[in-house]
Amino acid sequence: MELTGAEITIRCLQEEGVEYVFGYPGGAVLFIYDELFKQEKVKHVLVRHEQAAVHAADGYARSTEKVGVALVTSGPGVTNAVTGIATAYMDSIPMLVISGQVPTSFIGEDAFQEVDAVGITRPCVKHNFLVKDVKDLASTLKKAFYLAKSGRPGPVLVDIPKDVSNHKVEFEYPSTVNIRSYHPQTTGDANLVKQAAQMLLEAKRPMVYAGGGVILSDASKQLTELVRLIDAPCTNTLMGLGGYPASDKQFVGMLGMHGTYEANMGMQNCDVLLAVGARFDDRVIGNVAHFNSVPRKIIHLDIDPASISKRVKVDVPLVGDVGSVLTDLIKVLKSSKQKPDAAAHKDWWKQIDEWRSANSLSYKNSIELIKPQFVIETLHKITRGDAFITSDVGQHQMWAAQYYKFDKPRRWINSGGLGTMGFGLPAAMGVQLAHPGETVACVTGEGSIQMNIQELSTCKQFNLPIKVIALNNRYLGMVRQWQEFFHGNRYSQSYMDALPDFVKLAEAYGHVGILVEKPSDVEGALQEAFARKDELVFLDFRTDSTENVYPMVPGGKGLSEVILAEDL
Amino acid sequence: MRHIISLLMANEAGALSRVSGLFSARGYNIESLTVAPTEDATLSRMTIVTRGSDEVIEQINKQLNKLVDVVSVMDLSDGDHIERELMLVKVRAEGADREELKRMSDIFRGQVIDVSDKTYTIELTGAGSKLDSFLQAIDRKLILETVRTGASGIGRGERILKI
Repeated sequence: MELTGAEITIRCLQEEGVEYVFGYPGGAVLFIYDELFKQEKVKHVLVRHEQAAVHAADGYARSTEKVGVALVTSGPGVTNAVTGIATAYMDSIPMLVISGQVPTSFIGEDAFQEVDAVGITRPCVKHNFLVKDVKDLASTLKKAFYLAKSGRPGPVLVDIPKDVSNHKVEFEYPSTVNIRSYHPQTTGDANLVKQAAQMLLEAKRPMVYAGGGVILSDASKQLTELVRLIDAPCTNTLMGLGGYPASDKQFVGMLGMHGTYEANMGMQNCDVLLAVGARFDDRVIGNVAHFNSVPRKIIHLDIDPASISKRVKVDVPLVGDVGSVLTDLIKVLKSSKQKPDAAAHKDWWKQIDEWRSANSLSYKNSIELIKPQFVIETLHKITRGDAFITSDVGQHQMWAAQYYKFDKPRRWINSGGLGTMGFGLPAAMGVQLAHPGETVACVTGEGSIQMNIQELSTCKQFNLPIKVIALNNRYLGMVRQWQEFFHGNRYSQSYMDALPDFVKLAEAYGHVGILVEKPSDVEGALQEAFARKDELVFLDFRTDSTENVYPMVPGGKGLSEVILAEDL
Repeated sequence: MRHIISLLMANEAGALSRVSGLFSARGYNIESLTVAPTEDATLSRMTIVTRGSDEVIEQINKQLNKLVDVVSVMDLSDGDHIERELMLVKVRAEGADREELKRMSDIFRGQVIDVSDKTYTIELTGAGSKLDSFLQAIDRKLILETVRTGASGIGRGERILKI
């Protein structure tokens, strides 16, 4: 039977088992919305801004192993989506974005709501397609799903002109995909795996540094087993939190610009470093020359060959799927007669513990002012460390990463690479829809939340009982912190004047708002909020406006050139 | 160092912009870039001349390989190869210059492919340096236009770039 492009689009989504599409209608996608209306299998979530549609699809994808799907119209629909697409691209999140386009005969004529979607998104997608003929629609969508989730995942955009969505063709959904120029390497090279295992067994000061690749590959179990086998300290990147259980004694916390002292010193002083699904980015290793000034052997496991030896020269490259290669590595280690050097490791752990005793995440609590760290610690306690936590970008993000100890993967949802303010609330919507009965909290600031606050309306419509934890310090806190440290206390445009009354605002959207001004009220307010299982509660915590995030490795400095709280 | 990179890519709309966009987005140099379909109409062959340190060239090769439309990549500079570039030069050819320009063209094994009473158009093929030499050898004031294709390259003998 012949189907229209719009029907084919929906059928393809059904075939792929898509549960939710996050989107916003408009002229160029009217045929597709009409087909959505006629069926019930694929549910549509109407956001209030296209950026939020993409972030919600992103949150959905990060908290599951599925591809997130967003649907936007041409022109402003797709330009609004770009920030969301770039966010997903930087963090390698599998996602399909379908955008409407003006009819093929209008393309290039500066038609109403026309924009070159493929051109605008090209630098921030894994791949994109303009479908000019309905005959190619089904196979293109099949390819798009395959590209989004295979290899190093990423967002794929499919641009569908309005006439294509109305033209008819015989529908057949391809069962297989073959792209002759695309063959991601998934299994590791056996010889290199052996070399890596040998290097790890011989290490006197081994260290494991694991990133978002572990989460994306669902390889937490393998990572944990390996770390225990080789008796190494393990650190996670911001993207990798939850990939290794934070409560485990071999975990040394997050590394990088705001990483723990022990994690950063371990990175700097180890003799064999195993990097797993991580890419040595500037926020993680700081100054490259400083990092390289100490000799160490580096084993780098990543699915993307271009990540290897990009910023740091690698001794043993392991290209492949993190889970698959870790499994191979574990096998080789287990079959080896050699055991880790117990005596050397004893000294190494002694050194690690010494760094640990600096207690770099300690802070002085107060009975007058609410300390943001205290809010996150209490949040961890009240939710028994088992909530899905999304965050926006800034100081609150770092505090959430430092003080909410994630024991499970896919629980920590944040924009690591692009650093997108406004990500947290819409991402939480995607997470909550994917996990209806679970506790979802969005840790945010009064700056970030206002970048997508309109989504409180979507939350009302779809009954999403998210808990918004706003650490309201009346400043763009991270900007303020840099201005304090590096710009002579000149707080240029970092003060948030004329803030709304968030409690009234939450109420205006039909939710519950709670203002918390005293440290002694923090726990009670959180308890009350989480007891309201079916309601969205907006908690406006008035926190200490002068608090800074420590430790801090200033931009351009080396990992051991750290500022600790007591240094100031 | 100068590198000449050859690649085969799907002959799809926008494929060229993916390659050129990659170079501009990541701050790589392009000295020249040529592209045309191959004997297999679904494939285009591109030759890119670029400069960079070994690390940058390694990244360029990896990033090119990552593009979904790119089928295969070869750094021709890694081994024996041949490079050719075509140039068309239109020159003012009057009086005594007419004879002199013809002579220079012959020396460089060029061909005069268009003649008018006041101009010649000379076609020259060779390595880029030979084309440069020709331009230096003739009187600069006589040059009206030059058109160069940029280098095309191919491996010697059994060095073959295919799918």
